[in-house]
Amino acid sequence: MLPGFGLTLGFSVAWLTIIILLPLSAVFLRTLGMGWDQFVATALSERALAAYRLSFGAALAAGVINLFAGLLVAWVLVRTDFPGKRLVSALVDLPFALPTAVAGIALTALYAPNGPVGALLEPVGIELAFNPAGVVIALIFVGLPFVVRTVEPVLADLGSDIEEAAESLGATKLQTFRRVVLPAVTPALLTGFALAFARGVGEYGSVIFIAGNMPFVSEIAPLLIVTQLEEYDYAGATAIATVMLCISFALLLVINLLQALARRRGG
Amino acid sequence: MNRRVLLAGLAAVALTGPAQAARPVELLNVSYDPTREMYRDYDALFAREWKARTGQTVRVRQSHGGSGKQARAVIDGLEADVVTLGLAYDIDEIAARAKLLPADWQTRLPNNSTPYYSTIVFLVRKGNPKRIRDWGDLIRSDVKVITPNPKTSGGARWNYLAAWGWARQTLGSDDKARDFVTKLYRNVPILDSGARGATTTFVQRRQGDVLITWENEGFLAQKAFGRGQFEVVAPSISIRAEPPVAVVDAVAKKKGTTKVAEAYLRGLYSPAAQALVARHGYRPVSAQALARSPVRFPAIRMLTIADFGGWSKAQAVHFANGGEFDRIFSAAKR
Repeated sequence: MLPGFGLTLGFSVAWLTIIILLPLSAVFLRTLGMGWDQFVATALSERALAAYRLSFGAALAAGVINLFAGLLVAWVLVRTDFPGKRLVSALVDLPFALPTAVAGIALTALYAPNGPVGALLEPVGIELAFNPAGVVIALIFVGLPFVVRTVEPVLADLGSDIEEAAESLGATKLQTFRRVVLPAVTPALLTGFALAFARGVGEYGSVIFIAGNMPFVSEIAPLLIVTQLEEYDYAGATAIATVMLCISFALLLVINLLQALARRRGG
Repeated sequence: MNRRVLLAGLAAVALTGPAQAARPVELLNVSYDPTREMYRDYDALFAREWKARTGQTVRVRQSHGGSGKQARAVIDGLEADVVTLGLAYDIDEIAARAKLLPADWQTRLPNNSTPYYSTIVFLVRKGNPKRIRDWGDLIRSDVKVITPNPKTSGGARWNYLAAWGWARQTLGSDDKARDFVTKLYRNVPILDSGARGATTTFVQRRQGDVLITWENEGFLAQKAFGRGQFEVVAPSISIRAEPPVAVVDAVAKKKGTTKVAEAYLRGLYSPAAQALVARHGYRPVSAQALARSPVRFPAIRMLTIADFGGWSKAQAVHFANGGEFDRIFSAAKR
C-alpha cells in the first residue's frame, strides 16, 4: 500500500462529501418536502418532460458533433505545424473563459434572421436561432474545448511513430486511423464527450438568448427551474433539479462504463 | 397632500437629524431593472438635500435586476434598507416569507406607496407598417408580438393583465378574454425571460412587429436606439402599472437607518423628485409635475390591479402552476 494512503483517501472522501454530496443532498432534502403527487405534477408534467427531452437531446447532439469536430481539431493541433498555431490553440479555450451570457448574445446576433449568418440562411429556409437548433449551436460552442483538451494530450503521447510503423507494415491511412489511433484515444474521447454533455445539460446563460424559450418547443429544463424559483416555489425547482440529476448521473455512469470497456480493449 | 407628506418628512428629519449628523450613512436600495438611470439621478438629488438639511453625508448604493430575483435576494438575506420593485406582489412576498416588514406596508406611503407609475404601451417599427392601433390588432395572423414570459418577468405580468383587461372590457367576458389572450400568445414567436431581453429581441434582433412594454421602457428604447426608428402606440385601454416602494423595517432598524430610509422614500413625492421621475419617462403621481413634464404622456384609460382582485388573487388565478397562463400553452400545443 502507498504511504499516506489512508490519509489521502480520507481527505478525498471528506472533500467530495463537502463539495459535492452535501449540496446535492440539500437538493434531495428540499424535494422530500413535497408530496409524491405534487412531485409528479411539477417534475413529470408534460411541459417538464418536453424540457428534459430538449435539454438532454440537444446536449447529446452537440456532444456527438463535438466528438468528431473536437477529434479533428485536436489532431490538427498535435500533428501539424503552422504559423499562428499557438493563437489557434488559445482560441480553443475561449469558450471556457467567456461569460456564457456574452457567448449567447454573440451567437444570437450572428444567427438571428437579421444577423450576418442568419440573413444568408433565411432565403434558403434554414433558421438556426430561436428554435431547438439554436440550443444545439450554443451547446456546440461551450462544449468544444472539453473534447479538444482531453484528446490532445493522449494524441501527443501516442506519437506519430506508431502511425508511421502501421503505415510501414502496409496499413492504409484509414486502417491506421481505425485500428491504431482510434482505440488509443477512445477513452479520452469518451471523457471529453461526457464533460461536454454534462456541461450542455446544465447550461443556462448562453442558451437562454438563442433558444426562443417557447414552452413545449424550445424551453430548456434549467429555464423551467428558474421559472419555479420566480414563483417562490423552491420545492418545485429542486424537484426538476432532482430529475435532471438522476438522468445525468445514469447517463454519466453509462459513459464511464463504456470508457472502462474501451480502455480494456484498447489497453 | 404632497405638502403634508413633505412636512412630515421634514419633521422626522428635524427630530433626529442633529444626533446622527456627524457620521456618514449608507443606504442600499434594491430595485428592478429599468429604474437604473432614474435612481442614479434621484440618489444624487437626495444626497444633496439630506446634506443641506442635516449636515450628514448619505451614500445610496443601488442594486438592479429582475424584480422577482431581487425580492428573493432580500428574502435570502441581502440587507436592503429600502426596496423599490416592479410590482407589489414581490414586496408582499418579502413581508410574508421573511417577515422583514409588516403585511400592511403598502398603506404607509401615499398612493399605495407608489410615487410614480407607468402603463403598458406598444412599440412598433417606424411608420407603423402593420397598422397596429389597439389590442385587437395583435391577434391578426400577419402580426408577430414580442413580450416576455410572465412567469419569469414582473413586467410581463402587467402586459398580460393589460391584454386580459382590454379583452374583458371590450369583448364582455372572462371566457372571451381567455380566448383572446390565447390567440395573442400564439403570435409570440420568442418568449424572453425578462423585459430588457424582450426589448433587445425587438429592437436589436429585429424580431416581431410589435413589442408590448412599459411606457418608460418604450421612451427609453426610442431615445437610446436610433431616433425615429420606433413609434410608441397607446392602446385604448391599458393598466396602471404601479411599482411600489417600502422601507425594509427589520434591516433598517438593525442598521440604524430607519429615519434616513423613510426620508429617502418620502422624498420621492417631493416636487423636485416628481419632476425628475417624469424626465425619465415615469408618470409622476403629482398632477402639477405631470402637467409640467417635458415628456408627453398620452391619455389612456387605465385599469388597476384591483380590477383583478389584487396581486395575490391575480397571481393564483393567472400565473401560478397550472394557472391560466400555463393552460394557454397546454392548449396551444394541442
